[in-house]
Amino acid sequence: MRNLQTTSVAPVAKDMPLAGKIPVVSPLARVKDLNVQFRSRDATVHAVNGVSFDLMPRDVLCIIGESGSGKSVTMKSMMRLLPPKKTVMTGEIEVNGHKVLDLSERQIRHLRGAEISMIFQEPMTALDPVYTIGRQITEAIRAHEPVTTSEARRRALELLELVRIPSAVSRLDAYPHELSGGLRQRAMIAVALSCKPKLLLADEPTTALDATVQIQVLVLLRQLQDELGMGVIFVTHDIGVAAQIADKIAVMYAGEIVEFGSARDVLVNPAHPYTRAMLASTVHGQARDADLPVIPGDPADLRRLVAGCRFAPRCGVSKSLCLERAPSLVGVAAHHDAACHLINSLT
Amino acid sequence: MFLVDTTSTATDERDVGGAAQPMLIVRDLKKHFAVRGAAVRSTARVHAVDGVSFTVAKGETLGVVGESGCGKSTLGKLLMHLIDADSGELIFDGGAIGTRDMPLTQLRRNLQMVFQDSSSSLNPRLSIETSIAYGPRVHGASASEAKAKARDLLVRVGLRPDIFAGRYPHELSGGQKQRVNIARALALDPRMIILDESVSALDKSVEAQVLNLLRRLREDLRLTYIFISHDLNVVQYISDRVLVMYMGKIVEIGAVDEIYRRPRHPYTKALLRSRLSSSPDERIKLAPLTGDPPNPINPPPGCRFRARCPHARDLCATAEPVLEDGATGRKVACHFAEELADA
Repeated sequence: MRNLQTTSVAPVAKDMPLAGKIPVVSPLARVKDLNVQFRSRDATVHAVNGVSFDLMPRDVLCIIGESGSGKSVTMKSMMRLLPPKKTVMTGEIEVNGHKVLDLSERQIRHLRGAEISMIFQEPMTALDPVYTIGRQITEAIRAHEPVTTSEARRRALELLELVRIPSAVSRLDAYPHELSGGLRQRAMIAVALSCKPKLLLADEPTTALDATVQIQVLVLLRQLQDELGMGVIFVTHDIGVAAQIADKIAVMYAGEIVEFGSARDVLVNPAHPYTRAMLASTVHGQARDADLPVIPGDPADLRRLVAGCRFAPRCGVSKSLCLERAPSLVGVAAHHDAACHLINSLT
Repeated sequence: MFLVDTTSTATDERDVGGAAQPMLIVRDLKKHFAVRGAAVRSTARVHAVDGVSFTVAKGETLGVVGESGCGKSTLGKLLMHLIDADSGELIFDGGAIGTRDMPLTQLRRNLQMVFQDSSSSLNPRLSIETSIAYGPRVHGASASEAKAKARDLLVRVGLRPDIFAGRYPHELSGGQKQRVNIARALALDPRMIILDESVSALDKSVEAQVLNLLRRLREDLRLTYIFISHDLNVVQYISDRVLVMYMGKIVEIGAVDEIYRRPRHPYTKALLRSRLSSSPDERIKLAPLTGDPPNPINPPPGCRFRARCPHARDLCATAEPVLEDGATGRKVACHFAEELADA
């Protein structure tokens, strides 16, 4: 299955305007009506509630939302990284033709690292402190491909060069603690890319980095995505990061996607009241002598979900209908959806 | 909007009171940490804060920005006397701290701090009310006075006492906990508060709520803030002046509008250019700086930024630039600030 290179069709989908004349490209990943609940003795947390989306090959999808919106959980379920005993998952997840939720533990292990890879916020916890960077990359390669040690090492070196780590040869034998934060993040990306995955999942990989380093890593990720033709799902709470890297954006609130569209549609012409309020309350050069617009109240309590629209209790324009019936995603414009009853009356 | 009257402070800085008397004067503050685990007799030292001098005027908000390891949090802790400085002088409203003019107990009444982690700052075993009343009790208030004060402060920070007074920290959201921390910092009626990444861990919608609260409190209680943050947008919104640190040194300080409009130090320029726009049409194609902030252990001679500076020359390797006075209270520590003004 690893020879299923989509690169031959993918560039067409993205760059050519003649969409009608080319064969329909099937999505790289498809999530359908995903529900994730965490059960404990005290409560059931409804972390993800009916999330559906498609990711096309070579697309970068950013999932943005506040803490507890379900963005990380959605992503982790795509790699089946949630604790199986406490988690109840329903729905369908398909990545590159594999039905992720139906695979055996053995099969999913084979998929992880080879076709789907993930990078995390904290490279210091994602990398193993007692092995060198080179060893961790070669281990990943040899777990999935029958290559010799020296061949794996040669590829590890290539990978470090790919992620622009200076003096890569000596860094192969460095331990994670010997690298700076930015280099560690690059090393983690190298490990994740070691088997040329089709889908890269990124969970706030630049949040812990300094501003001058964050932009380096974002520029690098975008270059690598393009060079390797990967699909990327990138979870972040930072609108600036999403604006920098996303093709498409999904906005999540209380475990639901409330808005979905191209980066420009969502960030420049937001439709959902939550997206609008979130953008307005983000500090970016507002007048210093005036209050910032805020979203009143606190994020939704996922142990006790309210009926109707989950955002209604904090929404500035909600009507009685919103408290009774949950809205579903409807088209605002072409390829731009929002889940709000009042979408047509808002301007 | 604020006064930075350096001439008059030079003549009568020991005077208490008066608008011209800065709230805080910091002179040549230094803190080096010995590196643990290094070889015996090692001389490795982290130059966390290395000769920092500035003043904070009454009623103003001084933003402190810089990347991790630049010493901004150490600076906050030194000002608060949570750790002792190696050398340097601190003068709070005319009284040298640690002398009879401004003993530590009196400083702590006047100067308080709010930290980033709202959970670990609160005692999990104390109710909100008890936590807030703790400071006043220690400083001699009766139980009923302290309780009344706590309830009063809960109202001020936007939490209803009838709902929240008896609750424990684990029953609150992050934003609510940070409001409690602010109330607790206010419990001794301080004149100045150091906010160390106080809104950084909050979600954006909650961050805006807390920033509005901080602005209102500043006005109502005539507070002076030192606002330490890595978030350049937030600092721009809340601050009157801004101080930019790099490896334990101030590289630039001045009015926030001037610095954001026309940064003079190459590091400030790069830092501001690394800010991400919220519009996908304004993407950054090329990172303004390469490399990471260097290790602050035993920094090399000369300018500490030179290894990453696109304009570095021979002089930068030998001579350390000093923080030079510019027009309108702006100071820049760069040999070529004048030359690069239009770059």
